[in-house]
Amino acid sequence: MNSSIYDFRYETHASFETDAGLTPEIVEQISKEKNDPDWMREFRLKSLEIYQKTAVPNWGPPLDGLNMDQIITYVRPDTPMRGKWSEVPDDIKNTFERLGIPDAEQKSLAGVGAQYDSEVVYHNVKDEVARQGVVYTDMESALRGPYADLVKEKFMHLVPPTDHKFAALHGAVWSGGSFVYVPAGVHVDIPLQSYFRLNAAGAGQFEHTLIIVEPGAYLHFIEGCSAPKYNVANLHAGCVELYVGKGARLRYSTIENWSKNMYNLNTKRALVEDDGIMEWVSGSFGSHISYLYPMTILKGNNSHMDFTGITFAGKTQALDTGAKVVHNGRNTSSHISTKSISKDGGICVYRSEVIIGKDAIGAKSSVNCDSLMLDSKSRSDTIPAMDVRNADSDVGHEAKIGRISDEAIFYLMSRGLSEEDARAMIVSGFAEPVAKELPLEYAVEMNNLIKLEMDGSTF
Amino acid sequence: MSEELLRVENLHADVEEKEILKGINLVVNKGETHVLMGPNGAGKSTLDNCIMGNPEYKVTEGKILFGGEDITRLKADARARKGIFMSFQAPQEVPGVTMEDFLRVCKKNLTGENIRYFAFHKELAATMKALDMDDSYASRYLNVGFSGGEKKKAEIVQMLTLNPTFAMLDETDSGLDVDAVRVVSEGIRRFKTDENSLLIITHNTKILEDLKVDFVHVLYDGKIIKTGGPELVDYINENGFAELIREGE
Repeated sequence: MNSSIYDFRYETHASFETDAGLTPEIVEQISKEKNDPDWMREFRLKSLEIYQKTAVPNWGPPLDGLNMDQIITYVRPDTPMRGKWSEVPDDIKNTFERLGIPDAEQKSLAGVGAQYDSEVVYHNVKDEVARQGVVYTDMESALRGPYADLVKEKFMHLVPPTDHKFAALHGAVWSGGSFVYVPAGVHVDIPLQSYFRLNAAGAGQFEHTLIIVEPGAYLHFIEGCSAPKYNVANLHAGCVELYVGKGARLRYSTIENWSKNMYNLNTKRALVEDDGIMEWVSGSFGSHISYLYPMTILKGNNSHMDFTGITFAGKTQALDTGAKVVHNGRNTSSHISTKSISKDGGICVYRSEVIIGKDAIGAKSSVNCDSLMLDSKSRSDTIPAMDVRNADSDVGHEAKIGRISDEAIFYLMSRGLSEEDARAMIVSGFAEPVAKELPLEYAVEMNNLIKLEMDGSTF
Repeated sequence: MSEELLRVENLHADVEEKEILKGINLVVNKGETHVLMGPNGAGKSTLDNCIMGNPEYKVTEGKILFGGEDITRLKADARARKGIFMSFQAPQEVPGVTMEDFLRVCKKNLTGENIRYFAFHKELAATMKALDMDDSYASRYLNVGFSGGEKKKAEIVQMLTLNPTFAMLDETDSGLDVDAVRVVSEGIRRFKTDENSLLIITHNTKILEDLKVDFVHVLYDGKIIKTGGPELVDYINENGFAELIREGE
């Protein structure tokens, strides 16, 4: 198998591109270009100030290779947003066709948003879903549409620009992303999907995703990301904010497959009310460096969070991933289950934090992490933090680190599988508990990504 | 004259730098069933593993020919593709891969043909039924959480599904209850045709009762010390190995 299904690119025909680096002038320019409301322009400038005052995190994989003076923060593709694929310019449409997006939309999705560099170029929701009152649009439209006040109230409320340096950066230069609103009691039967493609070399992608699932509603949202490979550093610093109402349930599935020059510094956070359920399924493939720890705040009583994740780090990759959960409500429960695979000197760090607040009486949390190292050059670390502030709670942690045994390889080879296939089969099997949480097409894609990594042909 | 399938010539092999096989000579013709007996530690499993190509077992001298071709240096997968199969004493567990998916991939790989999903599913269910194995095992992860007996049966299911020309069964009967031994023995009989051959390692001669055995070899200290017909099984059942070993020395 070859990697060309992701690693292909077309010439950039940007209609507007900011200069590299970051100054108030550039932020003003982005704001003007995007026709922001005033509050947003101020928000951006304020975020920039915070960004400039905040230090680069020094507790994770090295970020020295990321020179912000060289990152282009805003690249507008040469097209307005369309509602029909036929109206999207050919090179951009071809990109998404090669990624299988229009096809998937027809077969199995309730709606699709497709972002190319900094802007959403395509957005469409099936009529029957729209008729239920579900809103699915790009963030820019949301800022001016009927939900403008709601957006203003919620935007970077869960992840404030003061959270960390790259959250501040996001606040300053964010562009694109999705806004989803599911009214109370509405059950969206088939998933919505956003696909983020970063095509321009040396650019950053800073999409903002804001999802509000009102009481008793249900939504499955899928996020896919990819980029072709360049020799210069690219940056992804998206932000995802999820609001799960009383008795509502949100499932958020991601397969991130960034090219190996990417710094993926993404922030995701969910707030869950009484009896609400937040489910994360997260696959991290690709990128040079990742910092990714989706966080859930179980605010409401009896609320629940499930996190299932897999991370695959190969040559030149250091992926620092995990999850964070804060239990504030009574009888809240969380379950974190992660798998990591490291190969060819790749480094996987599992980092998590479970905080049980003093009022979270009866809270339960279990953390399970399983690492597979495919050779002795690779590394796998586990850094689980637990902060329990009441005695009436139950917290457990289990970690396993393993290797593929020679006996297992011989067993599979004795059935006619080549050594490479035997290894790939064991690794796919290891990833199966995550694959089975994904819709079929994505499970297949994930399996393909694993095979791709196992061939070692991607870098 | 019968057609030669496997020829082992003066085979010496080390495990962890210790010589276990000290000059094995063995010929198995097409259609024959051979039984390998001998006390613990004689080298029976080592011989199986050498024929299958386990890299933990180092062949230091001699060679293995299969269908006239020298396979001594071939990897296990290449040998499997030539039609060699080994039923393991302790089959490995493979989490996340169902037995059915595994066997479908293997069969496709061995035959080079596209395997029709539904037809394969039916065929596998029938095979499992014949071995008195609940077909829900097909959708379970390969050998994971199978009892000792189910693992052994699953090996026979694999053999019947992949249909090799030369199968080695390494103590397939150990750990099985009386009924299971009968069922497995029946499975082996179903597998056996004039076109394929068997090499069976066993301590429990019950499994041989329904099979037509052509040759019995007694292995001791890395050498075959006696070869005979099926009557040798009865002799060993009555007298053990002691007398044979004395004669051999």
